[in-house]
Amino acid sequence: MAADSLEFYATDAHRYDELRDRTGALRPHWRPLIERLTADGARAARSGVELTQRLIVENGVTYNVYADPQGKDRPWVLDPLPMILPAAEWRQIEAGVAQRARLFDALLGDLYGAQQTLTSGAVPAELPFGHPNFLWPCHGMTPPNGQWLHVYAVDLARSPEGSWWVLADRTQTPSGNGYALENRQIVARVLPELIRELGVRPLNAFFANLRERLLAFAPEGETPLAVVLTPGSFNETYFEHAYLARQLGLPLVEGSDLTVRGDTVYLKTLTGLRRVHSILRRLDDDFCDPVELRADSALGVPGLLAAARAGRVMLANALGSGVLESAAWLGFMPGAAEQLLGEKLTLPSVATWWCGERPALEHVIANLDRLVIKPAFPSQRFEPVFGKHLSATQRQRLIERLRARPHAYVAQERLDLSQAPVWRTGETPGFAARSLGIRVYAIRTANGFEVMPGGLARIAADTRVEIVSTQRGGGSKDVWVLGTSADEPQQLATSARFRVRHDDLPSRLVENLYWFGRYAERCEDKVRLLRATLAVRADPEVWRLAKEASEHFGVVRADPRIAVALFDPENPIGLTADLQRLVYCATEVRSRLSTEHWAAIGTLNRESQETTAALGEVVPPDPREALDRLLAPLVALSGLALDDMTQDDGWLLLVLGRRIERLQFLAMLVSQRLNASTLASQGEVEWLLDIAGSTITYRMRYLSMPRLGPALDLLVRDGSNPRALAFQVLAIEELLQRLSKSLGAASDRAEASLAQSLQPLLDVDLGTLEGEGHGAQAARSAFATSLDSLAAAAGRLSDLLSSRHFSHVKSDIHTVAA
Amino acid sequence: MTDAVRYRVRHETAYAYGGNVMHSRQLLHLTPRIAPWQTCLAHAIDLDPLPASRRDESDAFGNTVTRLEFDRPHERLEVVATMEVELKARPGIDPATTEPWERVRDDLSYTGKSLAPRKLDVARYRMQSPYVRVKHVFERYAQDCFPAGQPILVGADALMRKLHADFTYAPGETGIATPLMRIFETRRGVCQDYAHLMIACLRSFGLAARYVSGYLRTAPAAGAEALVGADASHAWLAVYCPPFGWVELDPTNGIRAGLDHVALAWGRDFGDVSPLRGVIVGGGAHQPSVRVTVEPIASLS
Repeated sequence: MAADSLEFYATDAHRYDELRDRTGALRPHWRPLIERLTADGARAARSGVELTQRLIVENGVTYNVYADPQGKDRPWVLDPLPMILPAAEWRQIEAGVAQRARLFDALLGDLYGAQQTLTSGAVPAELPFGHPNFLWPCHGMTPPNGQWLHVYAVDLARSPEGSWWVLADRTQTPSGNGYALENRQIVARVLPELIRELGVRPLNAFFANLRERLLAFAPEGETPLAVVLTPGSFNETYFEHAYLARQLGLPLVEGSDLTVRGDTVYLKTLTGLRRVHSILRRLDDDFCDPVELRADSALGVPGLLAAARAGRVMLANALGSGVLESAAWLGFMPGAAEQLLGEKLTLPSVATWWCGERPALEHVIANLDRLVIKPAFPSQRFEPVFGKHLSATQRQRLIERLRARPHAYVAQERLDLSQAPVWRTGETPGFAARSLGIRVYAIRTANGFEVMPGGLARIAADTRVEIVSTQRGGGSKDVWVLGTSADEPQQLATSARFRVRHDDLPSRLVENLYWFGRYAERCEDKVRLLRATLAVRADPEVWRLAKEASEHFGVVRADPRIAVALFDPENPIGLTADLQRLVYCATEVRSRLSTEHWAAIGTLNRESQETTAALGEVVPPDPREALDRLLAPLVALSGLALDDMTQDDGWLLLVLGRRIERLQFLAMLVSQRLNASTLASQGEVEWLLDIAGSTITYRMRYLSMPRLGPALDLLVRDGSNPRALAFQVLAIEELLQRLSKSLGAASDRAEASLAQSLQPLLDVDLGTLEGEGHGAQAARSAFATSLDSLAAAAGRLSDLLSSRHFSHVKSDIHTVAA
Repeated sequence: MTDAVRYRVRHETAYAYGGNVMHSRQLLHLTPRIAPWQTCLAHAIDLDPLPASRRDESDAFGNTVTRLEFDRPHERLEVVATMEVELKARPGIDPATTEPWERVRDDLSYTGKSLAPRKLDVARYRMQSPYVRVKHVFERYAQDCFPAGQPILVGADALMRKLHADFTYAPGETGIATPLMRIFETRRGVCQDYAHLMIACLRSFGLAARYVSGYLRTAPAAGAEALVGADASHAWLAVYCPPFGWVELDPTNGIRAGLDHVALAWGRDFGDVSPLRGVIVGGGAHQPSVRVTVEPIASLS
């Protein structure tokens, strides 16, 4: 069996094989995994793989943009087989990574301070001075406790002889540790027993310590507040930002959620400004403050640098730390380590030459075939060039470029990456070989740098690919570090004051929650309206009025093709446009949504995209089927809103959004029908009940054929029918009271105005509406007017909530220069 | 022969915001730079309205930077910088006695040996910076000014004359966002563009060049020709010319900076030393009005 599965796992004499030694025998630390998968047979393993892929889709793990409806969100690719590292080997990596983190911290301090590594000649001045992330406004600054680096990552690869080498360092806003955690959680569901049996070291303590670290900067006596700063939902790794924020229990904020007054950073929350002590940032250095850094950055926080300069905020990492992200530094690190730490570097880096040194340039030109040429600074945008792939002319041109501006280029020796098994699907499932590299993370704790016992393995898309990169369509793996009893426990004691999870809701988040609620309800209402309308097509009389109502709401466009009329994405108030808005709002509040919640959004987005994509096809989508497929996740959202969220202020506004929307929709729908000149027929009443989801309630309560009077009683006045207008008014009153209590604000007349508008609807004798005569028509028309004023009152309430709670969300920022 | 001149400079900037500005942070480089040839006798920055906080600090390049924060609603802002400055004539330099440009370049390049702090300071101004992209075309353009062994200042003077001859001073056609390449192609621009272009050319040879922000005297001295760029802030550059150090050249006028040039600040490019920059919350689109007068109050022989 084992032989079968390994049939496609080819060995490669030029690479280190993680799985097998030179004699072809399985290395001991891989044996339990391989045996498990082969003993259970390929079928069990395949179901594991399928589970992995399903979990990825369900959890909505993506690498690209999710929010952009036109954008291609690429699902994260995770191979279910982990990369396994034995304890002894890990200890060496761990020590080397921690040492490197210490070195980079010290080097940042030197570059932004005395610059002794530059005057001594250990490091070329060209490297910091030519790097766009060397921020001169930060020169002379000292971050809190003199600590520049808090989060660090390094890309490692194993050479054919079996030792680990540094490929690149990440010192600015290292990404991927959120994905690493998500990978672990998924793989742990696929291979739970193995993780236990092998004693795979857990990752939780690492993240708990990171959180602790961020909160620890708050002075005694203040409630600590740390935030995760993201460029926003259009960033390629936004999923990770939201995920990490949720795992760390910290608010996910954008630049506009923060403001600096004096030298203090504040979060704009529903209850006012709250001091922010620490920022885990995912926003690049030069975008962080338009006052002193890039003036064209709309993503930053004006004054952030002033707050950092005053030592009033801890930034992880300090501004300007991106200067060390360049392969050009690699060759100078041993010298810097000797000067700054008095130590020898234990982790070697891949042989690298910075061409700005004359002898290095000559060496590079003489050995081009063996080398990869890379930019020395991130401002130069070109892909790595493999010397051996160049034609004679290309080669000559490259040499000219190197000679013209040598300091802008770096040459690296090519490293044949090691290979490890991945699971291949298809007709003959089994193991296949892929080259890989691992990214390892370190954070600063009170006890120095701590290395995460795991990491993110990145695998090449193809066996022969020489570069591993998520951008290039490779995949990822969980990294298992095998433990010994001495390795646990590692989590530091949590201070009591950090245990409280407080309710710091950025105003922008709350606004998006409110609109998330409104759009979720609006989409559901529109789907119900369209479904009920399509259902009465056979009855020409009802159909005419129902169609009119749908047109009145703008849900259908004039188009003979019914699917286009319903789903045309160009219709600005059509269902598809509203679904897109709903997905957008959901993306913005993603850090607050559970996995189940997010799965419903994912389904909705997929269904909507598939339907619109099929509009132009020969056989257009069946509208009723498409609507049914949309209704299921919308109903799920409605249930999740009630049962699956913490009932804090953000939740209150989400539910308020739903209630207000439902109130407005139903009031307008009924009013529109009552304004028609004729008394509603039985078919029309049934249609109304269908939209309002109250057909069954009606039957149970009245045991008669639907008539207008009782239907209005059920849809308007019934305080126990969750779809009725009176129910919405009562619910809104209660929600508003809870909100003002929670915000400590005085309750006001907003709810009173709603109740006042409802009153005329309660006082009417509904019997008077049920006639063909002029009097009955007048009564219906008066009732419709009352419904309109109720809908208008709901609109005013919505405006009031916006101006009261969200008005400061829109920060209208301009940069000026003279 | 005039040995020194005293000037009174008045630099007014008025913003009329199209609405209430709720909060604002401003960064000013409006204090004269102290140099062996330049003394500041008096200096004030008057603000209306008054800011919530004001700090005068030294920036990374040794310039005085004034940081302001306004936290009350305001619809306009006036910044008036006044200064009295005395300029001394700078010692004459024979360009032929400056070092060959290749030696200057090699002397600043990394060799693995230690670097004197003074040279480290010069090394800040050799690399690409946000407003000065260093491109091969600039090197080609300036090639004929720097033949092998050319003394560096002879080359820089030639480059300045070349730029002055090839480019047309065209106020209002370019802005700070106009890419350098565009200016290079159209051959039109203002003092800022002349300075950035010449810096880009010099850096493309691995030489050190820095951007100088300042003023020109408004009315020409008796018998002298009127200079271009006197009605607003002016900009020129300095090139590092051992053994003499930095030499300031004004390519917009095709002359060395001298008794007509009052320096405010220097840095890698405009971005490091813009006279006023800031971020406002609220308000609307607007163009500030700027007035600069530079009057001699005494001429000393």
